[in-house]
Amino acid sequence: MFAKSLRLATAAAAAAFAFCLGAAAQEQSPDALVKSVTLEVVGIIQKDVKDGDRRKLISVIEDKVLPHFNFTAMTSSAVGRNWDKATPEQKSRLVDEFKTLLVRTYASSLAAYSNQRFDFRPLRAKPTDTDVTVNVRVLQSGTEPVQIDYDMEKRPNGWKVWDVRVAGISLVANYRTEFDNQVRQGGIDGLIKALQTKNKSLEKPAAGAKK
Amino acid sequence: MAALLLSGAAGCATTGGGDPRDPAEGFNRAMYSFNETFDQAIGKPVATAYHDVVPEQGRYWVRNFFANIADLWIGANNLLQGKPLDAVTDWARFGFNSTIGLFGINDVASEMGIEKHDEDFGQTFGRWGAGDGPYLVWPLLGPSTVRDSAGLLFDFHFDPVLQHDPKGVRYATVALRATSKRADLLDASRILEEAALDKYVFQRDAYLQRRRSLIYDGNPPRASRDLPRAEETAPVAPRSEAAPAAPMSTPAAATPRAALPPHLDSAIRLLEEPAQPHPGDVSGSSGS
Repeated sequence: MFAKSLRLATAAAAAAFAFCLGAAAQEQSPDALVKSVTLEVVGIIQKDVKDGDRRKLISVIEDKVLPHFNFTAMTSSAVGRNWDKATPEQKSRLVDEFKTLLVRTYASSLAAYSNQRFDFRPLRAKPTDTDVTVNVRVLQSGTEPVQIDYDMEKRPNGWKVWDVRVAGISLVANYRTEFDNQVRQGGIDGLIKALQTKNKSLEKPAAGAKK
Repeated sequence: MAALLLSGAAGCATTGGGDPRDPAEGFNRAMYSFNETFDQAIGKPVATAYHDVVPEQGRYWVRNFFANIADLWIGANNLLQGKPLDAVTDWARFGFNSTIGLFGINDVASEMGIEKHDEDFGQTFGRWGAGDGPYLVWPLLGPSTVRDSAGLLFDFHFDPVLQHDPKGVRYATVALRATSKRADLLDASRILEEAALDKYVFQRDAYLQRRRSLIYDGNPPRASRDLPRAEETAPVAPRSEAAPAAPMSTPAAATPRAALPPHLDSAIRLLEEPAQPHPGDVSGSSGS
């Protein structure tokens, strides 16, 4: 009897969860989306990720965070004026490599998370806006809050992030000079190669510690 | 002395195809390499040892002690920038933390909801309308600009820790403060190491972006999507940003600020804090 009602409750919860997911993709406002994804990811980290296990972190990011990012937009913006010079094949490789790099870096940032609190700011936008900035602040006693801005755009498949600014530093803009230099030195293929080399060096666990 | 340093920087050779914001790139890269070497040899090992040996609570007290002293001049800078309310907030923080917080080692003000700000003379000059000027890297102090270097002279001049006598105590305190800062940056420097293709460029661009954001207290007017995004061309929608383009040249910036959400001042300890001497901002390899 008890087991049965428990199973029923689980099924109901699962159904509610599935419904929420569906609703999330369709109607959730961008600030609500940022909040739910952030809290979900942080919840998983606190429960399931031991000692900054990178593989686990990366899989969490791939499952929970990546669907809400528009990597083509991020990559084209970071590559900037050279984007139009790339062939479709080069473009897709650039997007893949940049995505890999960002996921790895993001995993490291999450590994450094230690119970900071979040302050989700109300969205200052009209309901008809299709391009908004969602502000979140990370609060920690003893230091200034760190502001994170998600630039998001409404796409047919939901709200997608196209830039993240941490403490005023835009991720996309910060790669622009680097990418530009690489293209000037070795063309688009040079940039792809530099990103591949970087990503390979990060695959080893002790990456970046010593060279 | 500043004039000497500045002219020395300006006289240095530039590298070809350089960034217009960084005409002294040759000099800067040399300083950057020096800082990296110093950090690898001394800064990072000392900070790591400090992090491993001193319990978290102790590091928290040390961090707060120096942050509390800094609040005094942060308040003064807020006043100079035409933000008297923020200045009062900073001094209230100093008052609470110095007393209830026991000489500042506990940040009771933050727990009361009185948030810390990040201000220095470089930001004040920026608020008054001074542009960045060329990017500069100083030995041990790390990334800066001509404007922020001028600001640093004032920051140092008024820094209670740097003015402290006797000298023995002063040097020990400065070393402790630098160690504490570097220890707080251990995670950030590792992430920077992973993220950057060319750490020098990455650090420089991040510094310049960060300072610009700080001058506008987290809400710089933004030329969003200044570059075409090819097939990702967005439907043109009016930006809904609350931040008006605050005129930098207005000394009494209280009016545009009133429209901003309060307390959006933000801070990350990555790549900045030029107001305090600390050995290099990042750890890492010997360059690209």
